[in-house]
This record gives sequence, structure tokens and C-alpha cells, in this order.
Amino acid sequence: MNIFRKKSAANLPFSETAIELFIRLCGISSIIFVFGIFFFVFREGAGFLFNGLDVGQFLTSVEWQPTSLKNKRYGAFALIVGTFSVTTLAMCFAVPFGLGAAIFVSEFCSPKLREAFKIIIELLAAIPSVVWGFIGLTLMNQLIITVFKAPIGLTMLNGSIMLALMSVPIIVSIAEDALKAVPDSYREAAEALGATRWQVVYRVLLPAAKNGLLAAVLLGAARSIGETMAVLMATGHSVNIPSGPLSWIRTLTATIAAELGEVARGDEHYQVLFIIGILLFTITFVVNLIADLVIKGIRQES
Amino acid sequence: MRINGRIGFTITSLLIVLACCFAMNGCSPKDETRAAKTEDTEFVIKNKGSDTMVNLAQAWAEKYTDVSPTASVEVSGGGSGTGVAALINGTVDIANCSRQIKPKELELATQNTGKAPQEFIVGYDALAVYVHQDTPLDKITIPQLAEIYGENGTIAKWSNLGISHSDCPSDKIIRISRQSNSGTYFYFREALLGTSRDFRIGSLDLHGSKDVVEVVGRTPCAIGYSGMGYATSHVKMLEVAADFDSPYYPPNLENVLAKTYPIARPLYMYSLGEPTGEVKMYLDWILSAEGQQIVEKLGFVPLESKQ
Repeated sequence: MNIFRKKSAANLPFSETAIELFIRLCGISSIIFVFGIFFFVFREGAGFLFNGLDVGQFLTSVEWQPTSLKNKRYGAFALIVGTFSVTTLAMCFAVPFGLGAAIFVSEFCSPKLREAFKIIIELLAAIPSVVWGFIGLTLMNQLIITVFKAPIGLTMLNGSIMLALMSVPIIVSIAEDALKAVPDSYREAAEALGATRWQVVYRVLLPAAKNGLLAAVLLGAARSIGETMAVLMATGHSVNIPSGPLSWIRTLTATIAAELGEVARGDEHYQVLFIIGILLFTITFVVNLIADLVIKGIRQES
Repeated sequence: MRINGRIGFTITSLLIVLACCFAMNGCSPKDETRAAKTEDTEFVIKNKGSDTMVNLAQAWAEKYTDVSPTASVEVSGGGSGTGVAALINGTVDIANCSRQIKPKELELATQNTGKAPQEFIVGYDALAVYVHQDTPLDKITIPQLAEIYGENGTIAKWSNLGISHSDCPSDKIIRISRQSNSGTYFYFREALLGTSRDFRIGSLDLHGSKDVVEVVGRTPCAIGYSGMGYATSHVKMLEVAADFDSPYYPPNLENVLAKTYPIARPLYMYSLGEPTGEVKMYLDWILSAEGQQIVEKLGFVPLESKQ
């Protein structure tokens, strides 16, 4: 393994070598873990995925009946729709608020206020998702019943508000970095041409930072797709194709969380839950990959 | 794929080595101290399973600290299936189960641990059908419930039941159900639909006996099922009849004892193999008059009086 070998190890004291080896190990471990997890998830689900599961039915049927005694059906279409619809709605809330906050913090805010804002936004990111779920289950549930006269408040709207609140901190911090990365000469040039502050933001900064902003949105979306506890508690957890924001839904992640505890290891149902895991892995991988490529785009430009 | 396989092999072997390192450094000393501590002071009985029974198991465990100076009981919920899964893996001493263990699970547990799970009936539970307190409905039959909850069921609206529900403008019945690892879910499905029909999809599958009652209490359109011990002042328990010709019975102690209430079931505890030592003492105490008193106090039906 030549990655562990140091070229001039003989000239350095032992502690130096040891520390460097340790740091190398840390760096490599993350790669090992990602591949290890993927390998494990894939191994658990692969048997049934290639041999027995009707993939067409899995992707297109809404019949999710894994515990049926007579006729087990594994149709995840409603779960896929649930995940995407709640994420999309969450992004409808999170993107304007997240980008707006980022623009405010980076361009319009006094330095003192900026520090305070950053601390508070980081605090928002530190709230555990089960707490968000609990707020959804109790407070937001009642609020939606009162405001929208809905029969029940555990809906897609409820879940997406919780998800939006969770992804806003990510969007704000990444988008703010992207705006900060725009050279000051751009701002100065625009102002010298007589642009107002809003024109500077709208005509100069947003186009210049668009890749970074897109990456911020995508990473926020990836966070929403992967979220489990909050959506499990707030969306009603019901296999249902939503007809509007007040429908109840069920997501891929919540299904794994709710059902994995029960199944016998190696069972068909167990393997299907891992296939859902593979599906989720693929979705977040694609989203993260797009975000990475977009960020790479920025680096090349600047 | 061949290259991937080799990488996968290298990665897994590295992972195993890493895991071993962590295990050696991190865990073993802790385990030793814990084991030493429990040996000196008390024996910990690990008890896990049914959400329906979790309050009951907790009450037993709390009371048992007064009874036995040498043992304490650690209770957690998660659903009957979770408890049985833990029993199969050999990580608990007693699994709580609100349904009978399945033959396949019995076999798996025997295979995995070398000991056959032993069954103990520790009490009875009546499943109450809950509606919001303002619902103008007092009684329901099992066939009606089957049409509400079952696949291809014909009852989707309150007006189908012959009532006009003024607090529920949409008239749609919102079905509250349980997540599929719940013993309550399995029992209710079997009691309503037998083994050949499934629940209709689109119900709200909540994650605990208490949650069902709480959500029904806030939702005028909803109907739900949960143990009768969980009733609150916001909900109403319906009287249930086995079929259209049978009389209706409210869920209460007398009707469960007389076996007239149609949806009542035994509550089980399973131990790995014939219980010995502290586990046996605990189970004996649960089946004693003192243990059964707690069953009644929590809204379930005790054994003694039934026999």
C-alpha cells in the first residue's frame, strides 16, 4: 500500500511520521466508510432486487402491502411521489427564505448584526429532527387545522414546513459563501455605473454567484430527501398519492424507519426496505453529484 | 464487476480490522465495569416489545423494585415485532407481545439462540374503536368496520353509516391505523378481515397506541382503534357487535371477562427457554395477585378473575 509510505520518513522524528499516518488514515477512512455502507446496503437488498422483485411494479404501483398474509405487494410509487412532493413543496418555502436571508446577511447587514444572524442560523441547524417532528405533530398540526379548516393537520404541508425550516440553515450558509466569493470589484464597478443596491444584487451578484446558489439549493434539497423523523411524525405516514398540500403522504425514509424494526433479517420485506435504501442512496448521490459539478463550475470560473 | 468485488473485499477487510480496533479500545472496558456493577448490586431483566403493553410493563417494572432487592427491569417499547426480533437475536430476557408469536419466528428464535421461546399469557386487552366525542355514532358492527378498513371496502363516508356528521363537512371517514410492526395492527386486521383480506391503503399509520387516541381526539372525521386503557375525555368508545344480528357491547371489564365483547385479545410475554432465576421470579410475580392488580389498574383485564 504505497499511500501509507512516506517519501522522506527517515529524516523526520517518529511522532511526525505517526501523526501523518494518522491523518492519512482519517482521510482515507471517509472513502472506506462510504463504499462500505454502499456495499452493505447493496448486499442486503441485492438478492431480492435481481431475483424475485418485480421492479416495474416496485416503481409504478401504489400497492404497498408488505405484511399481507395472502398477497404481498411491494409498490413504492406512492412513497416516491411522497418524497418528491414534500421535498418540492419544502423547497418552495426554503429557497426564497434561504436565498433572501443569504443576500441580506451578505449584502445589506451591518457586521455586528451579521455575526448575530450567523450564530442564530447555526442554532437553527442544531435542533434535532425529532424535535421538529414533535413541533409538527403538536403545534403545527393544530395550526393547520385552525387556519385551513383541514380535517387533520398531519399533512404534506406540515411536513414540508418542517423540512424547509431544517434546510434553510444549509441554504443560507452555502449561499452566503457563494455571494461572499464574488469579487468586490464587481460591486464597485456596478456602483460606479450608478446602480442602486438592489440592482447590484439582482443584475450583478446573483448572475455571478448563480452556481454557488444552485449548489446551496441542491444540498438543501438533499437534506430534505434524506430526512426521516420529522416527516415520519408530521406527514401522517399514509400510503397515498397526494392531491394537494393538505393531503397526507408517506416518504421512502419514513417507511424504512417505521418498518425495519419489525422485519426478520433476510426476509423479503427486509430486503425490499434495503432496496428502498439503494433507491434513496442513488437519489441523494445524483443530487450531491450535480451540486458538486456545479460547485466545480464556480471554481473554474473564478 | 470483478474489480469492484476485489475493492469491496479489501474495503470490508479493512472495515473489520478497524471495527476490531475500536471494539478493543472503546467497548470492552466499559462492558467489564457494567458487568461487575450488576453482579455486585442487582440483576437487570431486559424487557422489550409491544407498545400496547409498554405502560403496563413499565408499571410492573417500577413496582417490582419494591418487591425484589436483587433485580431491576429495563423496559422499552417499539412494537410486538420489535420485541420478538430482539428475542430472536437473544438481546432481551422477556419480549412483550400483543399477538401470538408466529411459527416462523418461533423457529428462528430456536435456531438462533438454541432455546425455544416460552409463552405466558399475562392479561387481556380489549381493543376499543374510538371516534371523536362529537361524532353522532354510538355503535358499530364488525362487518361495518371491515368495510371501512378493508381493501375494496364499501364504506368511505359517514353517511354510509347512516349518520350525518355536522362537524365533518367533507363527510369522508379518516381512517387511523397503526404502523405495521404493531401487534395491535395484526390483531385488528385478523379480527376484522381474517387472513385473506388486507387493510385498504391510505390510512394514517401512527406510531403508538396513545397517538391514535390523541389524533382521533383532535379530528372529528376520524375513526381509530387502540387499547381501551388509552381512552381520554376527547374521544368516545363505540359499542361493538360481532355481526348485524348480535347485541352491541361496550368495551369494559365485565364484557371482556364474559367474552361478549368481540375484539379482545390475550397479552403475551415470551421468555427464551424455560425461565430461571430472576426472570422466573419476575414472571411468577406478574402472574400473582399483586402483579395482576396492576393489570386492572391500567385499564386492562387481569387473568385471575377470568379463570
